[in-house]
Amino acid sequence: MEEQKTVQTKLNTEVTIAGVTFKNPVMTASGTFGSGMEYGEFVDLNKLGAVVTKGVANVPWPGNPTPRVTETYGGMLNAIGLQNPGIDVFIERDLEFLKQYDTKVIVNVCGKSVEDYLEVVERLSDEAVDMLEINVSCPNVKEGAIAFGQKADALYDITSQIKKVAAQPVIMKLSPNVTDITEMAKAAEAAGADALSMINTITGMKIDIHRRKFALANKTGGMSGPAIKPVAVRMVYQTAQAVKIPIIGMGGIANAEDAIEFLLAGATAVSIGAMNFINPYTTVETVQGIEDYMRQYQITDIKELIGAVQ
Amino acid sequence: MGKRKETASVQKQTCIAPGIYDMWINTTLAKEAKPGQFINVYPEDSSTLLPRPISICEADGDQNKLRIVYRTAGKGTTEFSKYREGKDIAILGTLGNGFPLDKAKGKKCFLMGGGIGIPPMVQLAKKLHEQGDCEIQIIVGYRDADLFLQKDLEKYGRVYVATEDGSVGSKGNVMDTIRENRLSADVIYACGPMPMLRAIKKFAEANNMEAYISLEERMACGVGACLGCVCKTTHKDHHSHVNNARVCTDGPVFEAKEVDI
Repeated sequence: MEEQKTVQTKLNTEVTIAGVTFKNPVMTASGTFGSGMEYGEFVDLNKLGAVVTKGVANVPWPGNPTPRVTETYGGMLNAIGLQNPGIDVFIERDLEFLKQYDTKVIVNVCGKSVEDYLEVVERLSDEAVDMLEINVSCPNVKEGAIAFGQKADALYDITSQIKKVAAQPVIMKLSPNVTDITEMAKAAEAAGADALSMINTITGMKIDIHRRKFALANKTGGMSGPAIKPVAVRMVYQTAQAVKIPIIGMGGIANAEDAIEFLLAGATAVSIGAMNFINPYTTVETVQGIEDYMRQYQITDIKELIGAVQ
Repeated sequence: MGKRKETASVQKQTCIAPGIYDMWINTTLAKEAKPGQFINVYPEDSSTLLPRPISICEADGDQNKLRIVYRTAGKGTTEFSKYREGKDIAILGTLGNGFPLDKAKGKKCFLMGGGIGIPPMVQLAKKLHEQGDCEIQIIVGYRDADLFLQKDLEKYGRVYVATEDGSVGSKGNVMDTIRENRLSADVIYACGPMPMLRAIKKFAEANNMEAYISLEERMACGVGACLGCVCKTTHKDHHSHVNNARVCTDGPVFEAKEVDI
């Protein structure tokens, strides 16, 4: 009897996206968490809904010159330029590392041409990967990436090509640097995307007035951190109204309150990005904080919160 | 215990030269601190989110005390400079690899610090002195007569001073001091501005010396995840596979010949 009672009062924090069930909706935003090795020193990766890896391409990319990061008011700009060791090393090292953990693995895929993306997606088909996140929205590389994410027809085309070869469900990561993000979302959905993640960083610039130079070697960078959260929440809300596929929401989430705001706006899951840099325990604290919130408001199933804003 | 973020407390803080602050922090991180490592210090003001990486000047593991000496450069460090005894301070550490002490055994060493690169030389000199079996020559460069930490350094070895305006010691930089005093060594440990480190790299190569230099770069996470603070390496490093080592975790100390600066 006792046991049955505990089961009944247990909180259900599980969410399902494209048939993949996550133990909770808290993930890591690509590029802020490596493949989990570095933050595994601070948090138990088993407690996360998923680890979303740093973007990986078919070959190693050196990324941009430094300085690559700079602080802005309540946030930061980065222009890393998708430095990555290439898919071979990634499979041998990063995916092997992640196999030790009871968490879902979402691999972020980047490329300069459609062929680059397809090569990585195909290489991952037999690997222990739960979902693919296609980065068509990095503002910091000149070729590819963003070029596919700012025009609805180009996004439709790459999404449908990837869907043809992908063994895992496909998440398209959308750029906020567009006139109407719902148009992009609808194009991805029409092309067969299984889910969306949003938002990638907002293109920005900072100038050092004392040196009269750009703060970043790349001149522009992607803005992230708490300062962008209202923009992200608005875009998630609008997109949730426009499409039926699930949304993974992100943009400046610092704690459970922020995460719940995204869920209420219509996100099925959330990712923690820049705030990992400020507080390496943010992910697990958010998981805990969501449970506390559910208890406080007597919510037994987290799905009750998704899109529940009135 | 591994890297961790904790709320520590300020034991005391003094201004030791214009814009240069000397803070002792009560923290168990002191036990793990190695010379050349750094800690991330987090401002309270949430408009300045990112941690400030600050090198460890001195560590007393028995007393759980860590000392940082830093220059106020912006909003974050200005906030820190106002902290007084008992103030909570959020720190993460200990970070980075630190200087290789074993390379000094049986050798003549230069410990070279320029400006705000001087602080890590204190703990390094102290540990090399404790280790023994090496000759310690400390060469420090300042802008002007507002010297700092030279008294601390004198406890562990002969100190040579250079000032840009010539008001104390040799006029010029640390390289001028070496020439003026006809100093020689087998191994160099250095921290300072990039032009100084470039000169040391050239000097070490020309004289067939080993040199370990501590690099600085704009950082975000400090733990190797964000790939913000990379430096060009001569060989493909184990992590990036693209000649881009992370200053925060693969460094900040690199053998000079391994990096392209």
